[in-house]
Amino acid sequence: MNRTLRGSIAVAGVGETSYFKRGQSPDPEFKLALKAIITACEDAGISPREVDGFASYSDDRSDPSRLAAALGCRELRFANMQWGGGGGGGSAAIGNAAAAIAGGLAECVVVFRALAQGQFGRFGQGPRRKAIYGEGAQTAPYGLMSPAQMFAMKVQRFMHDHGVGQEALRAISLAAYHHAQNNPRAVMHGRPLDEATYDASRWIVEPFHLYDCCLENDGAAAMVLVSAERAKDIPHAPAYLLGTAIGSHFRAGASVHNTPDYATSAFKTLAPRLYEMAGVGPGDVDVLQSYENFTGGVLMSLVEHGFCAPDGCNEYFVKERFLAPDGDLPLNTSGGNLAECYMHGLGLNVEAVRQVRGQSSNQVPGADVSMVISGPMVTPVSCCIFGSEATL
Amino acid sequence: MSGPYLAPGLPQPAAAPDGLDAPYWKGLAKGELRLQRCRTCGGWQWGPEWICHHCLSFDLGFETVAPKGRIYSYERVWHPVHPALKDQGPYLVVLVEIPAAGGVRLIGNLLGDPRQTVPIGAPVEGVFEHHDDPDSPFTLLHWRLVNRG
Repeated sequence: MNRTLRGSIAVAGVGETSYFKRGQSPDPEFKLALKAIITACEDAGISPREVDGFASYSDDRSDPSRLAAALGCRELRFANMQWGGGGGGGSAAIGNAAAAIAGGLAECVVVFRALAQGQFGRFGQGPRRKAIYGEGAQTAPYGLMSPAQMFAMKVQRFMHDHGVGQEALRAISLAAYHHAQNNPRAVMHGRPLDEATYDASRWIVEPFHLYDCCLENDGAAAMVLVSAERAKDIPHAPAYLLGTAIGSHFRAGASVHNTPDYATSAFKTLAPRLYEMAGVGPGDVDVLQSYENFTGGVLMSLVEHGFCAPDGCNEYFVKERFLAPDGDLPLNTSGGNLAECYMHGLGLNVEAVRQVRGQSSNQVPGADVSMVISGPMVTPVSCCIFGSEATL
Repeated sequence: MSGPYLAPGLPQPAAAPDGLDAPYWKGLAKGELRLQRCRTCGGWQWGPEWICHHCLSFDLGFETVAPKGRIYSYERVWHPVHPALKDQGPYLVVLVEIPAAGGVRLIGNLLGDPRQTVPIGAPVEGVFEHHDDPDSPFTLLHWRLVNRG
């Protein structure tokens, strides 16, 4: 039994709504999800009625049965939620959908994520209730209660262990903002960022300046997955899934910051599996989208995927390396979660597909191997690699 | 200590309804640090769980250990994410490992100047901060650098 997804599943279509600052979407969350799905189906040339599965993550509120009813799907064969918070499930939802199709459970699965924080409340705020118990009781009363505060502790230790300077984090942020200036969809389009502005920006929590932190947005993104055979009928060149990996290391979920391997993005056990399935190595990657909840997570993600040695970050993390079209490793070419939109990272997967199709606003010439790293520092995390037909 | 390290109004810790961490909170109220230890294999673990991850025994207890540790990591928080901290200014959160309890880690605040340089690896000792809220009293465990001079 050949247990791999390599080349057997294709992304037939992608779709996004307009992206808004948090709370500014004129549409409620469920309608945003519908719009992104319709757009992705149109892109694929596939009727929404043919969709027979849905996969999402991070407790998305748009229920697959309601979606299937609303869209008039002929039948529902797969309704999947990847456990875990943050953006760790972005590539996992794609992997789950692909596995369902490869295993014969479904034929045409939509992966989606929709967010309307105005309708449902913000991520970056502490709890407002008076009493708290469980793990939160051991952190919130000490003023540790937001994602930035949760992850700064890991990044601080990594930077201490490996002598990483602030400029390494800055390079990640500057590259994202640079790319957003060419992307009219980006919330930060027309809002360039330079070194001086970054350096002068306020601390959120050391070592994160304001520009090291993701945005909070409203919108939705979706993609349509089918078998590679069926993708032969779609109106454009598909992007094929070459590999995906999901999970985390030994006791990554040990509570109150007790995971034994602490200063990690949680990809050390995934990266070898990803490359093995995809049949490529880090040197083959033409363009990378790496989830920026916070820049420090990107730093550790690149190290753990073999792009850079842990002690070589200060030399490796320079802006020019990450810029499309000519950098060694164009990074977050849509502007990503820092400057395009925080759609819990599914926008990064959409951008990776666009690169394979030659349709990015920061296109990397001849991008055949296009990689996504989803949700560093949470558990479980996930990653995937898309490839053009030439990679099969 | 003159007053609490952080401004009042943050969520107040309470023992979980399932009883899993009750000995920990009872210990803090009495000025003791009680951490979970397996009665079968002697292994420590934190946060508390119903089973020992070392040997899969369900026979777990809580043991009192001296509140002495080392700074494993830290962060200086500037941006308030809770209304109670609106006028707080910067504050320090530390992750402290407890060598006498298998190296398990605890979150707390580092007392003293919030702008001080924080040396990762430095020894710290615990300071119990009792909150005498009549409805729901609770105790926090903070840390201060041990004077090495």
